[in-house]
Order: sequence, then structure tokens, then C-alpha cells
Amino acid sequence: MKTPEGLKYAKTDEWVKLVGDEATIGISDFAQDQLSDVVYVEFMIDEGDAVNKGDTVATVESVKAAADVIFPASGEILAVNEDLADAPELLNSDPYEKSWLVKIKLDDPSELDDLMTASEYEAYNADRE
Amino acid sequence: MTEKTIYELSQPGRQGVRFPESDVPEQALPDAFLRTEINLPELSELDVVRHFTNLSKLNYSIDGGFYPLGSCTMKYNPKINEEVARLPGLAHTHPLQPSVTVQGNLYLMHTLQEYLQEISGFYRVSLSPAAGAQGELVGALIIKKFHQINENYKRVKILIPDSAHGTNPATSSMSGFNVVPLPSDERGNVDIEALKTECDETLAGLMLTNPNTLGLFDENVEEVIRLVHEAGGLVYGDGANLNALLGILRPGDVGFDIMHFNLHKTFSTPHGGGGPGSGPVGVAEHLAEYLPSPIVTIIDEGDDETPPLFDFYEPTLSIGRMKSFYGHFGVHIRAYTYIAMHGIKGLRDIAEKAVLNANYLMTKVKQDYKLPYDRTCMHEFVVEGAWEDIPEVHALDISKRLMDYGFHPPTNYFPLIVHEALMIEPTETENKDTLDSFASALKAIAKEAREKPELLHGAPFTTPIRRCDEVKAARDLVLCCWIPE
Repeated sequence: MKTPEGLKYAKTDEWVKLVGDEATIGISDFAQDQLSDVVYVEFMIDEGDAVNKGDTVATVESVKAAADVIFPASGEILAVNEDLADAPELLNSDPYEKSWLVKIKLDDPSELDDLMTASEYEAYNADRE
Repeated sequence: MTEKTIYELSQPGRQGVRFPESDVPEQALPDAFLRTEINLPELSELDVVRHFTNLSKLNYSIDGGFYPLGSCTMKYNPKINEEVARLPGLAHTHPLQPSVTVQGNLYLMHTLQEYLQEISGFYRVSLSPAAGAQGELVGALIIKKFHQINENYKRVKILIPDSAHGTNPATSSMSGFNVVPLPSDERGNVDIEALKTECDETLAGLMLTNPNTLGLFDENVEEVIRLVHEAGGLVYGDGANLNALLGILRPGDVGFDIMHFNLHKTFSTPHGGGGPGSGPVGVAEHLAEYLPSPIVTIIDEGDDETPPLFDFYEPTLSIGRMKSFYGHFGVHIRAYTYIAMHGIKGLRDIAEKAVLNANYLMTKVKQDYKLPYDRTCMHEFVVEGAWEDIPEVHALDISKRLMDYGFHPPTNYFPLIVHEALMIEPTETENKDTLDSFASALKAIAKEAREKPELLHGAPFTTPIRRCDEVKAARDLVLCCWIPE
């Protein structure tokens, strides 16, 4: 299972890549493995929307289950990854690059301080196995 | 595939019915009504009979084999139910007949209402909801209307344990509530500490399945109900697993406010592709006027000479109608027959045997499969269909391989809180021989998983259609090249 350094991870299995006050959000390799083959992604937000920490980004549906992706911080949506509508399998094959879900401009980057580092997230997952 | 589609069997000009010469002048249909693009198959009567007979032989059914589909209570449906449902006096009635002409039907429905009240400990029952999930929607709408009438507009939150059926959060959400999941504790019960933190002035209610979908009796049930009531909420009971409690525990006595029954599960009517469900709802006395209409009642008690007169009524605060006419009357007849046939002792015997069968099978299966919540189970149990030392084998592979052994697979990947879940419900109608051979098949598959995993990955080998591509089925929704305009 890949857990790239430099990203931050939420307990609900989102990863966040922070550049300045812009954050890119996706779901982790562990999350896609638990879900198995993803068949459908439905976004709950549009570009330009203001979102709050805890809101639902999207629902990801696999052959086994459906799971919500949660915003780890508040901000404004800059971009939504439209490619996933036609190719939801990217979430399985490339969870950290091509299958980012949204980019947001954060209101307050310190909201991400609670998130885990790669090594903390790996330890957290080991406990859940 | 062993049987072609009816379109592939079609030959131009072949036909099954020859009409006699017309003895009236022909009148052509107006051109506007003629469609040439409809690609209707052309076959003889024998072609059609053989086609559908061959297809029917491919069905797997409870009449043909063991069907341990967890959470679905696939018990045998006694044929006497069908016999009674086909009695002309019942089968030939019409829903628009004046009620005075169908007093026998109303008597049956009224008696079924009373049976269900007695079995569950609830004050009143409405038979109208069409199936379990609609019963849940009724429950959520009653909770909503109850708080509205009491002007508690802040109560917008419904708590749902993480082991619940997906229909619980779905119906709560459809009713406009905010759904808050509750974790389970390490014994599989509702986590009381987590519940306490959610018991505030926004609490509308809680939906609880007991026994829960892990097949475990929630040992905290009385505490859960007390906490929700003290916080001003109502408690909905999902009656999906009532089979385990018949004649032993009445949910109404424990303090549940509302509950639906799955007549098709607990009271043995064909379901799951075999027939419609039926999801009557029972409530405690303080909610009796909220029930959906129509409900059967006695409008004239009668006397020694005259039998009582039955009719329908609508409760004063009713959430309204959920279903056209009176619910699934054909299912009511079968459930009534089943309850009347078993009687009080027979119903208790059903629950005892269902629980005994599940525990017998669990004890055998857990020799080879991990049992995450190792407790005495109720009517079903959940094991992990995967082993740490063979990570490439999954629950799905085990299920597919079971088909080669002649069994319907158990429920896969539910409940979600168990990794690679296999949920097994044998029901009371199976004998020890069947349980033993199913356990032997699971044992053999566990051995194969280690020694010849390709048998699991390639399974099923013996069915007319081999392993389906579930991902493609879910992603590519257009099945044919010809789409009607």
C-alpha cells in the first residue's frame, strides 16, 4: 500500500496536498483497496462553491460499497476532476495523481493541522487491518 | 450460455397463432399509429414454451436448494400458503368492491393485525406498507410528524448504528432528517458512550435492528431505548430479524415505539424475485393515530345472530396513504395462514430452531473462518471470507466457489463493519444434514484456498454462466445495441 510522504491524511481516508493556500484532495490507496473496484463517482459540489469542513465532496461507489469523501477544511472550490465521471477506475489505478477529486482554496490552512503525516497514517491503518 | 435469447431464436415469418379468416371488413390502422422499428421476435408456440421452460430450469430457488442468504430469511414457504391464497373467495375479489361484500377479507386482515399486535407487543398495526423499506419510511415519517405536532422543530437528527441495513439511513434521509452514524462497541452492541454524546435537544430518534445485522442480540437495548427516550427521541425497531424473537421477546414490551414487520421473511411468503414483500408497521399506544391508512376496524360489534361488521378507517393524525388500496393482500393471506398454522408454541419453536441452527452452523464454520464477534449468535452470523496468509482470496471467490458445491452463496460484503463479510442465515427450516453438508463445503473451500486457489478465482465452473464481470456490469449500463427512441 502506497502512502506518499509530503501529503496529509485524514482518519476518513482522504489525502490532502497543500501548496500555499491551495489544497488538492483525493482518497488514499488504503481507501481504494478497501472499496475495491470503483464504478461511479458523484460530486456533491461545483466549481465556485463555498464549502465547510465536514461537508461531503463526493460519493464514491464500488462493487462492494458506497462511501462519502469529506472535506477536511473549509474553502472555495477551484476545480473538480471531471475525468472521473468517465473513468472512475482511475481511483483504483492511480489514487494519488490522476484521480484527485477537487482543488480548493482554503479559508484557513491551519484547519489541516489535525491531519496525520504519512507515517502516522500508516500506523493508523496497521491498527485497522 | 446454454439458452439463446428469444431474439436470437426468431425466424422471419414463423408464428405461434393462426387467426381465423376475418368475417368483417378490414380497417387499416392509421399510419400515425404504425411503427416499423419495433423488433418483435417471431416464433412458434413450441419455441416459446421451450425457451421459457429452459430458462425456468436455470432458476435457483429455496424449493431447489439451501439458500443461506444472510439478513433475508430465505425459509421454506409452505405450499398451504399458496393453497389458501388461491381460494376463489379470496383470489377473485376486487379492490374496488364495497367493503360490505368482502367481509371475509376484512376479517382476515383484522385478525392478522391482532396477531401481529400480540406477537410484537405493539398497540396497533397498519398492514398497508408494501415492504420493509417502505415500513421504515413510515416509521421515519411518523417520527417527523410526531415532533412537528409537538412543535419540536429542532429535532432533526436520526441516529443509525453502523451495522444497520442501508435502508435505515436512506429512509431517514428521504424524510428530511440528518443521519448520524453510531459506532458499535467491541461486542457488536451500540456504543453507549457514543450514544450519550448524541443525546441532545436535536435528537428526533434512533433506528435499531435487534438482533442486529451481525446476528447479535444487542445487550444494551434497554439502556439505548432509555437514553433516547430521556433525550426526547423515539426509537424505531427494524423488524427485519424478528424471526429470532418470535414468542420469546416482544419489542413493544422493551420500549420500542415503532417497528415494521417483514411478512415475507418472518412469516414465509415468497420474496427476492419470487414475489412482493409486505411491511406492516406496529406502534405503541401514544403513536396509534399517526399510522398510515387504511386500517381495518370493527364498526359494529354484532350480536349472537349477526357477525361483527368490518370496515376501513383513517387515524386522526395519519401520515396518509403509503400504497394504493390496502397493501399486498395476497401476502397478508399467506402470513395469516402461516401464523394460524403454527400457533403460539409453533412460533416460539421457529425462533428457537432458527437460533439453534445458526449456532450449530457457526460452531462448525468458525473452525476454518475467522469469527470477528465470537458470541452466541441469534438467527444468523457473520464470518470473514478471507485469510491473512492468503491475501489474494476474497469473500467473493468463496461465494462463487460455493455455487460449484450446489449452494446459493451467503450475503457478501455486508454488514460493512466486517472485513470481507460472509453473512450466513440458515433459518429453522433446514435439517442437520443440510447444515452439515454446507459446513463441509465451506471447509473444503478453505482447504482449496490454500492448496488450489485457482479453483476459487475461476469459480463457478459448473453453472451455465461463469463468473460475471461485476465491474463492467456496474460501469457499462447500456446492454443492447438497439435503444428504443
